Amino acid sequence: MGIPGKEKMWDKEEKEHRKYDDVRIFTDKDFNNYTEDELKAFKPKHATPMLDELEKGPWPSFVSDLKREALHRHKVGQDNLLIPMEAVDDLLGVVELSYKEGETHWKHGGIVGVLGYGGGVIGRYCDQQQMFPSVAHFHTIRVNQPGAKFYNTDFLRAFCDICEYRGSGITNMHGSTGDMVMLGSTTEQLEPIFFDLTHDLGNDIGGSGSNLRTPSDCIGPGRCEFACYDTLAMCYEMTMAFQDELHRPAFPYKFKFKFDGCPNGCVAAIARSDMAFIGTWKDDIRINQEAIQAYVADKIPRDGGGMAGANWGPFNIQEEIIDRCPTGCMTWDGKKLSINNPECSRCMHCINAMPEALRVGKDTGVSILFGAKAPILEGAQMSVLTVPFMYAKHPFESQQALARKVQDWWIEEGKNRERLGELIQRMGLKTLIEVLGIPAMPQMVKEPRSNPYVFFKESEVPGGWQRDIGDYRSRHPK
Amino acid sequence: MSKGRLGYYNPDKKQENRITDIGPSHFRQFMPPVLRKNYGNWASHRVLDPGLLMHVSETGDKAFTVRVGAPRVMSVEHIREICSIADKYCGGYVRWTTRNNVEFITDKEDTAKALKKDLDSRKHIGGSFKFPSGGTGNSITNIVHTQGWLHCHTPATDASGLVKAVADALFDDFKTMRMPAKLRVSMACCLNMCGAVHCSDIALLGYHRKPPAIDDDAVGKGCEIPLVVAACPLYAIKPVTTAEGKKTVTINQEKCMYCGNCYTMCLGLPLADKEGDGVAILAGGKISNRISGPKFSKVVVPWLPNEMPRWPTVVKTVKQIVEVYAKDANKYERLGDWAERIGWERFFEKCGLEFSWHLLDDYRLAYDTFRTSTQFKYTDHAWAVSKAVGGI
Ligand code: SF4
Ligand code: SF4
Ligand code: SF4
Ligand code: SF4
Repeated sequence: MGIPGKEKMWDKEEKEHRKYDDVRIFTDKDFNNYTEDELKAFKPKHATPMLDELEKGPWPSFVSDLKREALHRHKVGQDNLLIPMEAVDDLLGVVELSYKEGETHWKHGGIVGVLGYGGGVIGRYCDQQQMFPSVAHFHTIRVNQPGAKFYNTDFLRAFCDICEYRGSGITNMHGSTGDMVMLGSTTEQLEPIFFDLTHDLGNDIGGSGSNLRTPSDCIGPGRCEFACYDTLAMCYEMTMAFQDELHRPAFPYKFKFKFDGCPNGCVAAIARSDMAFIGTWKDDIRINQEAIQAYVADKIPRDGGGMAGANWGPFNIQEEIIDRCPTGCMTWDGKKLSINNPECSRCMHCINAMPEALRVGKDTGVSILFGAKAPILEGAQMSVLTVPFMYAKHPFESQQALARKVQDWWIEEGKNRERLGELIQRMGLKTLIEVLGIPAMPQMVKEPRSNPYVFFKESEVPGGWQRDIGDYRSRHPK
Repeated sequence: MSKGRLGYYNPDKKQENRITDIGPSHFRQFMPPVLRKNYGNWASHRVLDPGLLMHVSETGDKAFTVRVGAPRVMSVEHIREICSIADKYCGGYVRWTTRNNVEFITDKEDTAKALKKDLDSRKHIGGSFKFPSGGTGNSITNIVHTQGWLHCHTPATDASGLVKAVADALFDDFKTMRMPAKLRVSMACCLNMCGAVHCSDIALLGYHRKPPAIDDDAVGKGCEIPLVVAACPLYAIKPVTTAEGKKTVTINQEKCMYCGNCYTMCLGLPLADKEGDGVAILAGGKISNRISGPKFSKVVVPWLPNEMPRWPTVVKTVKQIVEVYAKDANKYERLGDWAERIGWERFFEKCGLEFSWHLLDDYRLAYDTFRTSTQFKYTDHAWAVSKAVGGI
C-alpha cells in the first residue's frame, strides 16, 4: 500500500518520483489488445441506431469513444474488472433508450459516500435495472483536479486504471466545477477507490452537496502574461485551508471559490463563484512605444494573431484602440500612445489587442466579489464588487480570514439552500459590509439607488426613535 | 494500486490507514519544465495558427501549445491515447482547459508542428476527429456542457449529443478565427445549470414545460413534505391528505415554472416528459470585462423540440445567429454588444427569430427589462402592433 509520506511524489523532474509502473493495476497485455478491424466489426450489446448518428460529423464523437471503451472492457475481461464488463454496453443502451423516449432513465441519487466525508460522491441508479443490469448502480466520484488541470502521464494512467478497474472506465474531463469525474462505480467500491486515490495517487476527492465545492483557477502565472497574482498557488492554499469545509457539509448550500488572474475571466469567477478572486493592478499599464509602432505598421498582428481568420483591414489604432477604450482615457498623437491611468478601469481591451506593446501594471493584487449563482431559485446573479484591491501574498491569510467572516455570517443567517448571493439580496449589501467591517463605496453599485426608501439606524438620528406624544401634542393640539 | 474487491480497505478496521484531507496534487509537479522555469515571467503570446499558441517569456524562452477539442465525456482509452501522445512529444506532460480542450505543451516549434499534424490525423472508426486542433483566438471554441441523459436525473434534454450536433455544425469556426470577437457557446440540460451557462454568447438550456406529475405514494413515503413545500420558489405546492388518508401534495399548475426544484427534494415529483421537454436558446452574455462589463445571456428562443438524435432545429437556429453576427458585427464586438448596438428588435429581425410573448419577462424584477423610452427602430414587429390597434 502506497509509500507512506511519498503519496504525492509524482514529479518526473525529481529523483525517486513515483511512476505509473509503481502503482499500475493493468499489465501491458491489457492494452492495445484489439485491432482496428475488431473495433470496426464490434457490435455492443444493444443496437444503438440513434446514437450511431452521433458518430458522424467532424467533432470528436463521444459515442465512438464509448464503443471503444466497451470493446476494451470485453477484451480485458470480467476476471480483471470489479465493475461489470458490460457497463459501457449498458450505458450506451440506456442512453439510446432516452433518445427514443426523450426522457432520462437515471433516478435520484441516494446518500452514499466515504467514511467521515459528506461529499465528493453522488449516488446514481438506473430506473431500468432489468434491461441494463450493468449500470443499475452508477455512482459518480469527484476527484479534486490539480491546479489549472496540469497532469503528467504517470499520474493520469494510474487514474485511468482505477477508473476502469473499480469504475466503468468512463470519465468527465472535467466536471463543470472542475473535478476529474469518475463515472459508474458502486457503493462497495467507494472506500477502496478512496484508499487508492489517497494512498497511491496522493489525491483527495472533491466537494458536493452543501460543502465548499472544489475550487478552480485559470492557468495564471503558469503561462499567461496577464496574470496579476498567483492563481495556482492561491487556489491550492485556499483549497488546503478549507479542507474541512470541502469534505464535511457545514453550509446552508454550496459555496464556490474561483480564481481568475485578470479581468478577462477565463474561469468565469464573476458568474460562477460565491467568492470570486479576480486579478487587477493599481499602477500604470506598461507601454512599449516601439512595439506600438510595430502594431501601427502592421508588423505584429492584432489581438495576438487571434483575429487572423477574417480580413479586418489594416490596423487602425485610433479606431480600434483609442475610440474603443470604454473610459476614453487613451490618446494617440500619431507617434506616441498615452494613457491617463487613474481614469482607466482596467477592462483589458487595449492589452488584449496589443499584448506585445501593453502590459498590465506591476503593482498587482486581487479584486474580490461575492454572490454569483445560476438561476435557481431567485434568478441568476453575478458577483458584486466588494473589495476593490487587496495584495495576494502567499499564504493568503487575509483572504482566508475574509472568506471565513463571510461564511460564518452565511452559516448563521442563511436559510436551507440559500446561496450567499441570495442572502446578500435578502439582508442587503449593507449587512454584508457591516459583517466585513468595511465602509460603503460607490464602486459597489452601477448607480446609486433611485428609490428614496432609505433605512436609517436609530443611532444615526438625534434623540433616537422613542417619541413622546405629549411633547408633540404640546406643539400640535388635536 | 490495490487489487481485489476491497483493496486496501479493511471493513473491520475502517479507520486503519485512512488518509484524509490531503487535497489535490500540487500543480507544480505536473507543469512542463519550460512553464516551471518561466513561472510568472511570461511577457507576451501569439496565436501562430488556429490551435497553435506561442508564449514568450522575459528570458526569451518560448512555450508552444497545441490545443485540441475534446468531448467532456471521455473514456480511459481516450485518455491513455492522450498520454501516449504526450509521452512521445511533450515529455509526458499534458493539461486540460476550463472549456474541456486538451493542451500539449513543448518548448520546440518543430515538435509542436509535428505534434499538431499527428493530432489532426487521428480519427475515430466512425469518422470523426479524435483530436482536432483549433479553438484559439476568435474561433468558436469547445462547447462546455453538463451531464444530460448520460447520468443525471433532472435533464430536459441530452447534453453530449446536442453538443456534438451543434459542434459539428460550428466545426469550421473551431478551426478558423473569423469571428469579430470571442464567441462562447455553452449548454446546460436543466435550470439547475450545473454548468452556469447564464453568461455565454450563446447558451442552450434544457427546459421542461409540464408541471411535475405527482406520485402520491412516493411523496408520502419518501419525501419530507414541509421541505418540498418550502422548495417551491413560487409557492405553488400545498400539503394535502387524500381521500384514503395519504399525505401528499398538490401543485397549482398555473403558478409552476417547471424549475424542478421540488423534484430535487422529492423523487415523487418527476418533470421529464417527451412532449414537454426541449431546449431554450439564450444569447448575448459574456464574462470578460473587455470594453463592456460582464452580461447575462437573454432568452431569444423560448423553446425548441428535442429532435433526437441530432436536434436539427436547434442546430439551424444557432448557426443562423452565428452567421448573422459574423457578418454584421464590428471587430472586437461581442454578440451582446452587437445586439445592444443595433437594438434587440433588429437582432430578432436580422436573425429571423420570432419574438413571442414568452420573451416578455414576468419573473421578479421583470420591469427592469421593459423599455421605458421612445427610442426604438421600426421592424415588422412594430408594424404588427400598430396594425393590431388600428393605428395604420
Ligand atoms: S483570466 Fe487572465 S490571467 Fe487568467 S488565463 Fe485568463 S487571461 Fe490569463
Ligand atoms: S484597459 Fe481598457 S480602460 Fe484601460 S486604457 Fe485600456 S482600453 Fe482603456
Ligand atoms: S444541468 Fe441539470 S440536468 Fe443537467 S446535469 Fe446539471 S443538474 Fe443535471
Ligand atoms: S417545478 Fe418548480 S415551480 Fe413547479 S412546483 Fe416544482 S418547485 Fe414549484
